[in-house]
Amino acid sequence: MSKEQSTKVSTPTAVATAPTPEIDTSYFTTIATSAAASTTFRSAELVVEAAALPLSSDSSLAEDLQKHREKSLRGRIKIGAKGMSGPVIKITALVLIALTVYGFITFDYKNIDFFTAVAKTLHNVRVMFTQPHLVYNSFPGLMWALLVTFALGALATFFGAIVGFFGALLCAKNLANPIVGNIVRAIVAFIRAVPTVLWVLIFSVAAGLGSVAAVVGLTFHSAGYLVKAYSESIEEIDYGTIEALKASGAKYWQIIFQAVVPASIGYLTAWTFLRFEINFANAIAIGAAAGAGGIGYDLFMASAFYFDLSELGFITYTVIIAVVILEIVATRIKAKVR
Amino acid sequence: MRFINQTKASSSPMSNNERKRFPRPKRDWTPVWERRFLVGPKMTPDAEKAKRPEDQMSIFAKRKKTFTLVILAVAGLYLISALVTSFSFFEGIESFPKAFIWITTYLVPNADSLTKLPKILDKLIETAFVAVAVTVCAAICSFFFSLLGTNTTKAHPAIARAVRVIAAFFRNVPDVVWAMLLLFSFGQNVLTGFFALFFATFGLLTRTFIETIDEVSSECVEALRATGASTLQVVFQGIIPSVMSVIISWILYMIETNIRASTLIGILTATGIGYQFDMYYKQMNYASASLVVITIVVLVIAIEITSTRIRKVIM
Repeated sequence: MSKEQSTKVSTPTAVATAPTPEIDTSYFTTIATSAAASTTFRSAELVVEAAALPLSSDSSLAEDLQKHREKSLRGRIKIGAKGMSGPVIKITALVLIALTVYGFITFDYKNIDFFTAVAKTLHNVRVMFTQPHLVYNSFPGLMWALLVTFALGALATFFGAIVGFFGALLCAKNLANPIVGNIVRAIVAFIRAVPTVLWVLIFSVAAGLGSVAAVVGLTFHSAGYLVKAYSESIEEIDYGTIEALKASGAKYWQIIFQAVVPASIGYLTAWTFLRFEINFANAIAIGAAAGAGGIGYDLFMASAFYFDLSELGFITYTVIIAVVILEIVATRIKAKVR
Repeated sequence: MRFINQTKASSSPMSNNERKRFPRPKRDWTPVWERRFLVGPKMTPDAEKAKRPEDQMSIFAKRKKTFTLVILAVAGLYLISALVTSFSFFEGIESFPKAFIWITTYLVPNADSLTKLPKILDKLIETAFVAVAVTVCAAICSFFFSLLGTNTTKAHPAIARAVRVIAAFFRNVPDVVWAMLLLFSFGQNVLTGFFALFFATFGLLTRTFIETIDEVSSECVEALRATGASTLQVVFQGIIPSVMSVIISWILYMIETNIRASTLIGILTATGIGYQFDMYYKQMNYASASLVVITIVVLVIAIEITSTRIRKVIM
């Protein structure tokens, strides 16, 4: 990745490396074949158009370069990133900005008084964060709710990781049958496209409201996400290791557990913890939106039923502290695995 | 000290008798750079024993030990979690066939629901535009904000730290809280969802952009600085060109995420496609609800395919 990005940094690096062909002139004139020259240029990651120059034996490369330099616009060597990336970036950015502007024009604002609303929001934020207190919930009760949310996230991550791992084995390009891989990828894309809340709501009708619906709903999306993440990390490992084990007659599961898992364990843990953090946030969200219990439900009740900003503030502080602790622990474990 | 004296003494001429009484210390032939390692804490007998290769744990035994520990920890976490939430694995497994049957019988669009398609599409397009607008605005804001937080622009360390703390704050406050908070002041409005998503996206993108800028553009910024470029020149000639592809890639990813997130916020704040789903769901009009799900899926997958294509070209 860094190699590719260095091409886009074009200007400074390119200017620095541009003179090298001139220094190597003697080398070029002696061995010069156009193939050798073009590979050297490619290795310097330059699209100096000189790569396509005719390298006749009677004219030296330095002269060619000089001629080319005179020809090119404003006397400079044309240097730029290879390929289409430049225009595509520009077009994408322009389209996105155009869509944003169009969106702002067409939104139905319902004649809202924007500045009053902002002032009110600021006031509410101040009340919320400066005067946190608990009225409707007890502190132990809130801690229990936090634990429930944490447990929902942990269970979903647990099942998601297991399903995700085997799913990734089925669709990683360096391990799997391409047809099976494509089928798994299509299923996973569908699962990921449905928002988590909708999975939870659908399962709460089908299986009854409770922790089962919440965990299964969360698991669906985490499994979909982790299949993609895991399979990408598995695809990144050195194929030589797998090939060597295959050549020595290792069986499929031996290859998986002696080569694939040890080589990608750092990535796998990092993704799992990232998903755990997301699942924790999702558990709060579905607690609020689908009534699945935990601290999210308390949060929803505090704001939508009791209209108590201070209570909302207290719960928010609790969540922030919990998330920060979670992040610190995750960072430590990740550092250990690496 | 004594050692040094002896070596000095050995260089002086001595009689044979003296030689016998003070034998020349054996010369240490280990090279100097290796001798350095011998200086250190004295080895206890146990440590010496452990250093012998036959007592050293083999790499496989070590792997086995860590593996067992991890399995135990995960199993413990699972049991505690299951106990706390009163979750039973078998119930979970049982729910699958039930859910599958329910989904295939009820969650299928019918002729009646198709009449609601224009309304659903209208809301879906609104939600998609909100997601795009939020992501683009948040990306622009957080890019300039993250410039203050990187090492490359050499902002004051206090400012850089403040930026990181603010980003962490916005990232860690759940979007549900923003949605509920803004519902008080903005009511059932597009802007409620817009700002709720904006804050969450802003926090996430600021952190990501700080990391990206530090990672990607430090070399070229150094090169530009060496040529005497001003900070503005560094930003516009060095940082922006080098991180643009990563930023676009993140924007595309966040648009996809935000469409899903705005469904959730729509349910909470009664706006957009989320509200449409919630309404049909509560009316038990599952056929129409399924149509909402299908349109969301089509939209998200379409965006995913487009963004994968774009990413392939630009990265």
